[in-house]
Amino acid sequence: MTINWFKFASPAAFYPIAGRLIPWFGRVALALVLIGLFWGFFLTADQLGGSNPQKEYYRIIYVHVPAAWMSMWLYLVLAGWSAIGLVFNTRLSFMMAKAVAPTGAIFTFLALWTGALWGRPSWGTYWDWDPRLTSELLLFFLYIGYIALHSAIDDTRRADRAAALLAIVGLVMVPVIFLSINCPDPNQCAALHQRSDPGSIHLSILIPMLTMTLGLWSYSFAAVFARLRTIILTREADHAWVSDVIAKEATA
Amino acid sequence: MLKVFYCVLSRDITLALRRRTDVLTTLFFFIIVVSLFPLGVGSEREQLRMLGPGVVWVAALLASMLALERLFAADYDDGTLEQLLLTGQPLALLVLGKVVAHWLLTGLPLVLIAPLVAMQYHLSSTAIWVMMAALAIGTPVLSLIGAIGAALTLGLRGGGILLSLLILPLYVPVLVYGAGAVSVSAIEIADTQPYFYLLTAFLMGSSLLAPLAAAAALRISLE
Repeated sequence: MTINWFKFASPAAFYPIAGRLIPWFGRVALALVLIGLFWGFFLTADQLGGSNPQKEYYRIIYVHVPAAWMSMWLYLVLAGWSAIGLVFNTRLSFMMAKAVAPTGAIFTFLALWTGALWGRPSWGTYWDWDPRLTSELLLFFLYIGYIALHSAIDDTRRADRAAALLAIVGLVMVPVIFLSINCPDPNQCAALHQRSDPGSIHLSILIPMLTMTLGLWSYSFAAVFARLRTIILTREADHAWVSDVIAKEATA
Repeated sequence: MLKVFYCVLSRDITLALRRRTDVLTTLFFFIIVVSLFPLGVGSEREQLRMLGPGVVWVAALLASMLALERLFAADYDDGTLEQLLLTGQPLALLVLGKVVAHWLLTGLPLVLIAPLVAMQYHLSSTAIWVMMAALAIGTPVLSLIGAIGAALTLGLRGGGILLSLLILPLYVPVLVYGAGAVSVSAIEIADTQPYFYLLTAFLMGSSLLAPLAAAAALRISLE
C-alpha cells in the first residue's frame, strides 16, 4: 500500500484526521501518565544512589527528566517542520511548527521549575550556573524568540518563513551554545550535573521514567493537534470547507 | 565579484562618515555602560579586576546589538535595499559588504577604545592586549550573527527589543570564550591559546554561513 503523503499536507484533508486522533492521543497520555506517576511514586525504591543516596525527593526525576527530554525533542520537531516548510513550501508544515512552539516552551519551563525544586534538597540551591541548567534556560529563550518573532509580524507568510529561518539558525547554534556553556574553560571542563546515560540508570527507575516520557509525548501530540486545528480554521477562514465544517459542528 | 563587495563597503562607510554622530553614539554608549558598573558594584580593586573582562564583553555585546538596527533600516526605508536585491549580484556578498562596513564603524572603535576602559578596571597590560585581540576576533562574529536578526526584524514595530530577544542567546559562545580568554590570561598567558582557536573558528564559521542566512532572511522580509 502506498500512502500519498502530499494529500495530508493539505490543511483541509488533515483537519478531520487531527480531530479523530486527538481523543486517542489524549487517552493514551492520561493512561500512561497515571501509570508512570503511580509506578514512580509508590512502586520504586525510596532512595537513589550508593554511598550518599538521595531520599524520597529524587522522585521528581519522573517529571523532570521526561519534561527535559520533550523540551529538546520538540525543538527538533519545530526546526524540522520549519525546514520542510521552507523546502517544500507547504503551508501545513509552518502551521505545525507554530503549533509545536508553545508546548515546547511549556516543557522547557517545567524542566527548569522541577529542576529548581530538585536542586534545593540535593545541591542546596534552587539555581546554579551548571551547563545543563544554563542550556535549558537558553533553549527557553529560543522558544520565546520564535513565538515573539512570529507574533510580531502581521503578514502570515512572512511570519511563517522568518520564524522558520530563526528556528533553523537556532538549531545550528544549539550545539555551539551547549558546548560553550558545558566547557567554559577549554583547558579543563567540569559540570555539577552527574554524567548520565540511560544505561547507568537502574531498570526499575528507567521503565517508569520512559512510561512518563511516552505519556508526555502522547500529550504533546494531542495538544499540538488541538492547537493546529484552531490555526487551520483561523487561516483558512475564507474557504468554503471551513464554513461547511462549522455548520456541521453546530448541528451536531 | 570583489568589485561589488568593495562598492557596497565604500558606499556604506562614506555614508556613515558623513553622519559621524551615529558612530560616536555607539562608542559612548559602550564607555558609559562600562563606567556605570563600578558605581553599582563598588570600586574595590580586586573585585573590579575580576569583573572587568565580563563587564567589558557584555557592554560590547549590547553596543554592537544596539547598532545593528541601523544595518539595513536606512536602506530599507529609502528603497535602496530592494534595488540591491534586484542587481543580480549574489546577495550574500552584498550582505557581507554591509556587515564588514558595519563592523569597521561600530566594532573596530570598541577594540581601539578597549585599553582605556580596561584601565578603569585596573587590568594588567597583558590582559589589555589579550582583550583587544579577543575583541578584534569576537566583535565581527557579533556583527555577522546580528545581521541575521536585523534582516529578520526589518521594518517591524518594536524591532529593537525583539532583535535583542532573538540575538542575545546566540551571542553566548562569543561572550563565554571572549571573556574567558581575558580572565585566564591573568593566570597563565599560554592557556589562552584554545580560547583564541575557538573564537577564530566561530569567526570562520559565521563569516561563511551568516551572510547566506542573512541574505535568505532579507529575501523573506522583502518579498
